[in-house]
Amino acid sequence: MVSSTPNPEPRPTPTYRLTEDQAALRDAVRVLADERIAPRAAEIDRTAEFPWDVKELLASHDILSLPFPEQYGGLGGDLLTVCLAVEQISRVCATSGLILAVHELASLPLLLAGTDEQKDRWFPDLAAGNKLIAFALTEAEAGSDVAAARTRARRDGEGDDADWIIDGSKRFISQGSVADLIAVFAVTAEDDDTPRRDRLTCFMVEKDMAGFAVERVEHKMGIRGSPTAELSFRGVRVPDANRVGAVGEGFSLAMRTLDRSRPGIAAQAVGIAQGALDVAAAYAAEREQFGKPISDFQMIAAMLADMDAGTEAARQLLYKAATEIDAGAADAGRWSALCKLVAGDTAMRVTTDAVQVLGGYGYIDEFPVERMMRDAKITQLYEGTQQIQRLVIARALTARQH
Amino acid sequence: MRIVVLVKPVPDTASGGERLRPDDLRLDRAAVPAVVNANDEYALEAALKLTEAHGGEVHLVSMAGPTAPETMRKALAMGAASGTLVTDDSLAGSDMVSTTRVLAAVLRGIEYDLLLAGADTSDGGGGIVPAGIATLLGLPYLSYAAKIIPDTEAGSVRVHRISATGYEVLESPMPALIVATQALGEPRYPSLKGIMAARSKTLDTNSLADVPLEDGAAVGGAVSTTAVLGSEAPPPRAATRVIREPAEEAARQVVEFLADRRII
Repeated sequence: MVSSTPNPEPRPTPTYRLTEDQAALRDAVRVLADERIAPRAAEIDRTAEFPWDVKELLASHDILSLPFPEQYGGLGGDLLTVCLAVEQISRVCATSGLILAVHELASLPLLLAGTDEQKDRWFPDLAAGNKLIAFALTEAEAGSDVAAARTRARRDGEGDDADWIIDGSKRFISQGSVADLIAVFAVTAEDDDTPRRDRLTCFMVEKDMAGFAVERVEHKMGIRGSPTAELSFRGVRVPDANRVGAVGEGFSLAMRTLDRSRPGIAAQAVGIAQGALDVAAAYAAEREQFGKPISDFQMIAAMLADMDAGTEAARQLLYKAATEIDAGAADAGRWSALCKLVAGDTAMRVTTDAVQVLGGYGYIDEFPVERMMRDAKITQLYEGTQQIQRLVIARALTARQH
Repeated sequence: MRIVVLVKPVPDTASGGERLRPDDLRLDRAAVPAVVNANDEYALEAALKLTEAHGGEVHLVSMAGPTAPETMRKALAMGAASGTLVTDDSLAGSDMVSTTRVLAAVLRGIEYDLLLAGADTSDGGGGIVPAGIATLLGLPYLSYAAKIIPDTEAGSVRVHRISATGYEVLESPMPALIVATQALGEPRYPSLKGIMAARSKTLDTNSLADVPLEDGAAVGGAVSTTAVLGSEAPPPRAATRVIREPAEEAARQVVEFLADRRII
């Protein structure tokens, strides 16, 4: 190469596009989703059975290994890459997209606070997809008010390495009935004077531990193939080696977990919105009324344009949020709340409009948009309701004023 | 065992945008994204299954345009270990004879037990390059393979060759050239780890000058013996009648329709 100017030092340039790796992984997941998962989506919804075949597919193609470090057999994917995968799967089947989102969510306490021994012990099986993991924070009386949890863990004996005995129950636990491992947040504070944020501790409960039981699986409006379970703990003996993080660190660990996991739900929401938009746009181009495709009518065209604009805006906020969180932004909580809030509301609006574009056909199960509309609703509810997201955002705003 | 698979990047027919360039009526390869020729993917899948069962590696060989590495990475992501690419501006517009000569010259420098090729490509569609290579290299030519059974100890291979009435069993010593069919099994999806690993696999890219052509045979677009003289879209299909009845009633109506026209 002939060049008269000296070659400047290569500088990392801030990029506003996906890297080649990210795009390649996204495209691979997209093909798999379109060809192998999409044909199963309606049946998964109808039977409301956990799609073990899809879980196997995600495991065998290393998709479940995305969130785990390479040394444990994972792909060491960044948060944005995990989100790209969740988005592409959710575009065709929100239940299937949630398998990866939950796998990531529930592994986060270990990623953030687990010891090397704990990672050695559990990550290889989780990365290989041999085992599933669930995140058990919510209780019947402790939803948004996490610190109001009543599930209790007490030491059985003296010493810092004594076993723990867990008693209580958890509700609305995604994949709680199919998981091999459950990250359980229990009260370890011994008196009521302990500050609310120091009351909880995280433990890994294994499904075959005595006293652990799946009480029931809920009947839900959407994401029907994803079992949402009520779990009970009756004197479950858990070795101290299964405690994740310090005693009393649970609340903070749960909050840091949600800061990183909410983008996964935003990705699910963006995927659902895109899936509904794709169906609506294709339908509008084909469906003829008054002698021309309904997409030629301005009222329909404007709806489609708004759906696209909303979906793309939510997607860009999500990608930005994931990038900021990956970069260690101090206001990670704000970014994750922003993207979940916008993406969840967008998914609800876009899927509702998709049903409208399809008219009567949108309301019946011959087309997937009614399913997508039902699936979209959960993204406004779980991993913090939209009201909680606003609270997080507003608090970050207020904090800046000081 | 060591298996070489011939792969060709072709325009993605799913894109619907394939077209010829107006000036020289050559395929406009810049107009649409390229994919690995589907029949070559079946050959690659068969090769990967063979090396999984008998050990060894799969090596890719391709003659294609300058963007081919991107497409070949997709084949590497499926599990091939390495690849050799010949790309040269002067090869654009090559006829099948040129392609055959170049690939044969490259293959002379590579060791292998089996050479696998797809039945034809979705762009050119000639389907004679594999037979030409077998001829130039003096390899046994086992076509239309529905099953490949190597005997690595005896150094031979058996192939079930699809025929009009079933299949014939062919046997030949290795190395041999086998033309794969879709009966060998669906190509796998690359795993995410496969995609990541493909980035660091060796893809040896050569210009025409690097290829030891026999007797300095002339190759490339300039000496092509074939040329596209014109191209036309087929006329739009006449109105179609779609029967949406339960199977039995639908069959009755189809029979009636055909009988009315004395087709059956």
